[in-house]
Amino acid sequence: MADIYTLGIDVGSTTSKCVILKNGSEIIASALIPAGTGTSGPGRALATALEQAGLSNEQLTAVTATGYGRNTYEGADFLVSELSAHALGAAALMPGVRTVIDIGGQDAKVLHINVDGKLESFLMNDKCAAGTGRFLEVMARVLEKDVTELAEMDAEATGTVNISSTCTVFAESEVISQLAKNVNLNDLVAGIHASVAVRTAGLTRRLGVTPPVGMTGGVARNAGVVRALEKELNTSITVSPLAQLAGAYGAALYGWNKRKENE
Amino acid sequence: MTEMTEKKPAKIVLRDLQDKIAQDAWDAKQRGEKVGWCASNFPQEITTAMGIPVVYPENMGAAVGAKGGGQRMCEYAEGMGYSNDLCSYSRINFAYTDLKHCEELEIPFPDFLLCCNNICNCMIKWYENLALELDIPLLLIDIPHLDAKTCDEDRVAYIRAQFDDCIRQLEEITGKKMDYDRLQEVMSISQRSSQAWLRAVGYMSAEPSPFSGFDIFNNMAVACVGRGTVEAAEAFEQLADEYEALVKEGQSTFKGEEKYRILFEGIACWSNLKFTYKTLQSRGINLTASVYGPAFSFLYSNLDELMAAYSYVPNSMCFESELKLRVDDAIRNKVDGAVFHMNRSCKHWSGNLYEMERQFREQTGVPTIVFDGDQSDPRCFSEAQYETRVDALTEIMEERKKEAAK
Repeated sequence: MADIYTLGIDVGSTTSKCVILKNGSEIIASALIPAGTGTSGPGRALATALEQAGLSNEQLTAVTATGYGRNTYEGADFLVSELSAHALGAAALMPGVRTVIDIGGQDAKVLHINVDGKLESFLMNDKCAAGTGRFLEVMARVLEKDVTELAEMDAEATGTVNISSTCTVFAESEVISQLAKNVNLNDLVAGIHASVAVRTAGLTRRLGVTPPVGMTGGVARNAGVVRALEKELNTSITVSPLAQLAGAYGAALYGWNKRKENE
Repeated sequence: MTEMTEKKPAKIVLRDLQDKIAQDAWDAKQRGEKVGWCASNFPQEITTAMGIPVVYPENMGAAVGAKGGGQRMCEYAEGMGYSNDLCSYSRINFAYTDLKHCEELEIPFPDFLLCCNNICNCMIKWYENLALELDIPLLLIDIPHLDAKTCDEDRVAYIRAQFDDCIRQLEEITGKKMDYDRLQEVMSISQRSSQAWLRAVGYMSAEPSPFSGFDIFNNMAVACVGRGTVEAAEAFEQLADEYEALVKEGQSTFKGEEKYRILFEGIACWSNLKFTYKTLQSRGINLTASVYGPAFSFLYSNLDELMAAYSYVPNSMCFESELKLRVDDAIRNKVDGAVFHMNRSCKHWSGNLYEMERQFREQTGVPTIVFDGDQSDPRCFSEAQYETRVDALTEIMEERKKEAAK
């Protein structure tokens, strides 16, 4: 029997991610382009993944789009919300996980997954960008650092500088005023991470913390935030190396499942 | 030829009646009669029985929002110095009070104000401000928050004393006398209206529901402003009869198949009404439960019970009673999910919404979503965020239906 390839594309607000699955289980290609909906990002992610897999568009059995830009993405056979996509992806990446915390570019969400790996309920952040990836990007810029450097700085921290504002703009001012006081930069980063953790933990508690807890989304790559969240929720958190691809992976699985249903 | 005339559908009758009530107030103002601005849950029995015309700034705020003027009016009020944290109905009203003009809708200016805080306690400050700005009397009926399950004798006596005093003051202000036989008559008519409204919205429990649930947001306007009139009672009876006939035929005014049924919690996003409705309707989701069903049904058989009835309104009840109202409604009307509107205008509603959502979800077991919005300020609403939440809710409801069918 010929191999079946399904592609999931997660068109996010700040990044575009692609995963190609072979026969619904093996990831044969993935791409992550730091440009989101309305940019060249989705097209580049698709081209990169296809090239990596050595496939052409025509060889894909199903293309499923998810994420903020799913409705405007042309060429999708199926659309699925990022909530369902992340649930599917997280359940496959971290088998048995029951609570998933996903922090993306402009939103944070908490998912409950049932024992069958299906989305049971969820909560998302309100309109405010505090506690999301964008918040961390803004803070990194103020510190003249790249967002990827924050985790290492946090690991070197010996204390935590309290950041009390939940508003991104106000928190930015607060960080600037702390810089003016010459506080330790690592401690300041730990404080920024703690403020994200407190906010996300509140959202998580509202839905309920059912262990095991896992984390997906770009912010899951920041070990400082993960540590702060573990402390705040008093539970360990599993992170997959493919955390940022969970949505695209889930979308590719969705396409595979749909194809099976239609058989 | 009369027999040949086609009877107007109830929704048209209700819309015409709403227009007539508004026109009556303008005509009264023109004749030199005293006209009031009135809170939506003020005991309308008083003004209806005394023949005193009143108009409702809250309804104006909703209509201005629906017609696209919400942002402009809110921004004008903010320019006057009012905080954007204030209720958008109040901001629209403050802007109108200053501009004395609003292209979407105008209401006659008041000679007095009637406030009742059972809908919103912050409203007292709104009306106090108006009284100061316009230099007119403010009459307040203070309904204590019902922190118990029932309204006891002391509360009834407290409200009754204010009710009687309000009549006395209105007699002085308007020169019109209360006819207590007429009051009894208005109370009877109001009961007819409330019963008919309850019967009409009760048909939402049918599968499919005979009507598109968002119609409630339009029809409730008359339930609010005109339920003491015979015309309103007859229109609601006609509405209920129409729904009954649709149920018997298995028909519905909802466009498309009713795949899923939801509870919609909170005031509509008037400025984004079409988008919020279409996003649900296009996915086969019909609103079959809303607190607006029971909210405008004031049931009583005498004056003391009338006082108690005005305590049993959703925003005046204790949290447990409010929650029960929603849970019972959701179970009775067989919902598959629930949509909670985090209405940034309403301090009462947004203040307990997260906990309401949590306990509702735990008690009913149905999936829920919460979205940010506002009753008449479109700046608080994001189409993409709403759509994503509705998509995910639809996927969960679809999955559960599939599981249940196995």
